[in-house]
Amino acid sequence: MTRRKDLIDIKSLDISEIECLLEYAASFKEILSRPVKKVPTLRGRSVATLFFEPSTRTRTSFEHAAKIMSADTYSLNASASSVTKGESLKDTMYTLDSMGIDAFVIRHPQSGAAELASRYVPNKPVINAGDGSHAHPTQGLLDALTIRDNKGKIEGLTVTIVGDILHSRVARSNIWTLSKLGANVRIVGPATLLPPDAKQLPVEVFTDLDKALEGADVVNVLRIQLERMTVGYFPTIREYSRLFGVSKKRLENAKPDVTVLHPGPMNRGVEIASDLADDKNFSVITDQVANGVAIRMAALFWLMGA
Amino acid sequence: MTGQNLTNLNSPAVVMDAEEMRRAWTRVAHEILERNKGVDNLALIGIFRKGGPLAKRLETTIERIEGAKPPCGILDISLYRDDFRTYQPKVGTTQIPFDIEGRRIVLVDDVLSTGRTVRAALNALNDLGRPSAIQLAVLVDRGHRELPIRADYVGKNLPTSRHEFVRVSLTELDGADHVEISKAG
Repeated sequence: MTRRKDLIDIKSLDISEIECLLEYAASFKEILSRPVKKVPTLRGRSVATLFFEPSTRTRTSFEHAAKIMSADTYSLNASASSVTKGESLKDTMYTLDSMGIDAFVIRHPQSGAAELASRYVPNKPVINAGDGSHAHPTQGLLDALTIRDNKGKIEGLTVTIVGDILHSRVARSNIWTLSKLGANVRIVGPATLLPPDAKQLPVEVFTDLDKALEGADVVNVLRIQLERMTVGYFPTIREYSRLFGVSKKRLENAKPDVTVLHPGPMNRGVEIASDLADDKNFSVITDQVANGVAIRMAALFWLMGA
Repeated sequence: MTGQNLTNLNSPAVVMDAEEMRRAWTRVAHEILERNKGVDNLALIGIFRKGGPLAKRLETTIERIEGAKPPCGILDISLYRDDFRTYQPKVGTTQIPFDIEGRRIVLVDDVLSTGRTVRAALNALNDLGRPSAIQLAVLVDRGHRELPIRADYVGKNLPTSRHEFVRVSLTELDGADHVEISKAG
């Protein structure tokens, strides 16, 4: 198998590569439980995280993962860098490359930005930490790992993704990861927030939440991304919450042992009821965060370790 | 030994069969007990992958001989290697369900050669605590050391050329017990 340089999206990965990343992450979780969380794998290597969009968990978890593996990390905030002086993505990549940075983690509001950035550093790995509404591969992988941990498998499960599918890179990376691993994936949301290309995706499309939740093993609740909504996609937040907000009551038609995921940050009381988010009988949101660190260690090891 | 001329081989030749492996490994179990004066404060740690089942076998044999068994664990050293060259190497999970602090540890592996695996394992153990002593048990020592490392217990010394491969098969992983040697290419 030819070696990958980058991790840009899930769609282009083979099943064996997805399995390999999940296996690495499952193995690396042991390190997170040690008193001394440090392994020497990436000693003397450097990782830059370039975030052109705000983030708490993705950025921290990439940097934590890199540091556990002994890499040195540099974090560039677009709002506090030369980007504000008009420096292009191209010049930013050339500059960091010349400094000798070994790998790049990029988040950008524009779809395709990570792939573009990777062309400017032809010999170094680029990991996409979210580009516009295109892909967020490590989120898709960590959700798959969390589901596998809780259900013991992914093949044959029915997974319902609820909410703003149109703007969601998380939805796209989930759809590809889970369908490649053999799950039946459903998407549901207001018709205005379903992607026009939904028919080309390996999913069943619903506009009625109750029907979409019937018999579901897993529900992945997406955040309403108000920052990406330039026009009115639904009349009011309250109406959205009434029609598509996931609560314990709405889960009555799902499997009794249904598992609830949310990629964060949550709008409590909008897309997910607050008591559901905190109920450990359903919610695995904190597991997702812990698995995020392991998946990012796996991604760094996959591209830089061997 | 099979009595064949090992230097002229193209197909694999069996250099240890199941019986020879069993006897050698039983002797190693006795040697471990003799050197450490029993199982007090002793622990076995197999290096992933083939060291795992080999450590388990020592545990079983030691329990049969001594009536008590030492704790047994598995150590994955993937993150400590300095000689990775393959894409998507196989990685295991470290499972050491006991504190190694102050214990006498016997590291267990199938083949000792350059010593780089053992070097990685020593570094990995260092991150988990401070044992009072670390010893090394291997089924086969094939030579070609690149580091100042030696085994305390050896099932069989097997002089080889650098162009030969030594492959240990274990019933638990491969369905049969034997050690084979073959020419490269």
